[in-house]
Amino acid sequence: MTRRRSPWLLIVTALVYVFLYAPIIVLIVFSFNSSRTNVVFEGVVNQGDCGAFYWFCQLGRNRELVAAARNTFSVAAASTVASTAIGTMAALALQRYKFPGKAYSEVSLYIPIVIPEIVMGVGLLVLYSALFGFINNTFGLTGDNRLSLGLGTVILSHVAFSVPFVALVVRARLQGFDKAVEEAAMDLYANEWTTFWRVTLPIIFPGVMSGALLAFTLSLDDFIITFFTTGPGGTTLPIYVYGLLRRVTTPELNALATVWIVIVFVVLMLSQLAGRRSEAH
Amino acid sequence: MAIEQPALRVDAPPRTRWQGILLALPVTLLMTVLLVVPLLIIGVNSFAQRGPDNAIIYNFSLNNYLRLLGIAEPGTWDTLYIEILIRSLWLALQSTILVILVGYPLAYFIARAPRRQRNFWLFLVLVPLWTNFVIRVYAWIMILRNQGVLNSLLGWFAGLFGLPFTPLDLYPSDLAVLICMVYEFLPFMILPMFTSLEKIDDSLYEAAADLGANAWHTFWRVTFPLSLPGIVAGTILVFIPVMGTFIVSDILGGRQVILVGNLIQRQFLDARDPVFGSAATIVLMVLTLAVTLYYTRKFGFAEEAFGR
Repeated sequence: MTRRRSPWLLIVTALVYVFLYAPIIVLIVFSFNSSRTNVVFEGVVNQGDCGAFYWFCQLGRNRELVAAARNTFSVAAASTVASTAIGTMAALALQRYKFPGKAYSEVSLYIPIVIPEIVMGVGLLVLYSALFGFINNTFGLTGDNRLSLGLGTVILSHVAFSVPFVALVVRARLQGFDKAVEEAAMDLYANEWTTFWRVTLPIIFPGVMSGALLAFTLSLDDFIITFFTTGPGGTTLPIYVYGLLRRVTTPELNALATVWIVIVFVVLMLSQLAGRRSEAH
Repeated sequence: MAIEQPALRVDAPPRTRWQGILLALPVTLLMTVLLVVPLLIIGVNSFAQRGPDNAIIYNFSLNNYLRLLGIAEPGTWDTLYIEILIRSLWLALQSTILVILVGYPLAYFIARAPRRQRNFWLFLVLVPLWTNFVIRVYAWIMILRNQGVLNSLLGWFAGLFGLPFTPLDLYPSDLAVLICMVYEFLPFMILPMFTSLEKIDDSLYEAAADLGANAWHTFWRVTFPLSLPGIVAGTILVFIPVMGTFIVSDILGGRQVILVGNLIQRQFLDARDPVFGSAATIVLMVLTLAVTLYYTRKFGFAEEAFGR
């Protein structure tokens, strides 16, 4: 069936796509800029061994940045594993069982979704400072032994804000779940454990995977909560970039953006393809 | 199965079992320690006082809230903080409305595209969202600054027609903050709007056409009312984060545009007045919750928000 579409709609749509992509194209083009100040595009850089990719090579030599990149991925990986496990358990508990304090668990899972992130960030900052101050004083910890904000607090905080989203996604999957398959497994003398691993988990697995993907994305992108809970040794890429924005920026930052965009694009394409394949089965 | 059984509900009534408690234990502990307790501390601190050398004195009063309202000193009214709150609300409102206006045509276009193309167009909306938030702010500096991309393009156009051109002074400015907010949160509106629009059955449009409705009537009588749940969901997804974001105003506003997020950040990290910061945090939280609740009560709960 073909529909007649208003030309106005097509024009407006095209303009909105231009709006969405103009900043991205600018980021990519300027990562090849020969001007160090990077205000005006003064031609393609051709410097050193890397030629046009000069700024990309600089990127790899920047120790601070490489460390920040490593931190970002460690935080994302660790918090994704933890929040996916905890979130899936929570979804199962809330969707299928009745237990004392259920309403409380449910409400506490909704709060992070409906309050601005800064509220949670500030709360975590206050909690960690109070807790660490107390522990350091009580046990007389000094120097390097003192507990302080850093990579550990960032990971913990990322788990806390990702879990509600994972639980939400997995619950959505559990809602359409036909209990009869589980009952059939039990009728065939599978115990609860076997039933869970062989029947329940494979069925909700796509939900668990999209929850994990969401947790990973949220962690990679997070600025606000990381900003309040990070400390020495816990700098992630968004925090590093923010620091640069308040000082000086060179095309190196554009090169970083370009690498980031390419990675994201490839990962998204792969997950789309994988999704299509699993739907086909 | 000789005996006819009453139809089983797909979601059988939940069982009370120790498994439920065990499964919910980690999440309940996590959310209690990392969310509920911190919020309670912030709540208590907001009534406390700031002591010498950054200590907090637990001598409870409403002083921090009175200071926010500008009536801490009797007989004078200092509107500084009220202005910050109103500015933040106003910006969030403007951003939300603009995001709806800009996002609606796109969401409609995707929803009405042939089924096989929809995923592709949606994918294109998502890609920018996956570049980093902070990097996107940087992109807008490059576009909007005095000798930036936009001014260069406009200057070039003006040159083509031999017109005089003075570069637009867009960065730093209020307008830059607004543009960037719209950009950052546009996909959050497009997705739920698309979900609502996609559900509208083709036969409804055909019925409207058969009954003699023109495009204008069809839109206002059919399309728009049925897409309202998506707009409500998108509004919540956009309004809440805009209220609390402080980097956009920090970077693109050039320290002139102070929002409640900037106020909170400075109280905790620069000004070292956490009790006043706590009061501001509580006000921000109550404000967003109140607006969200009022809005969802009025237009129905936003089930679309996370349906996809």
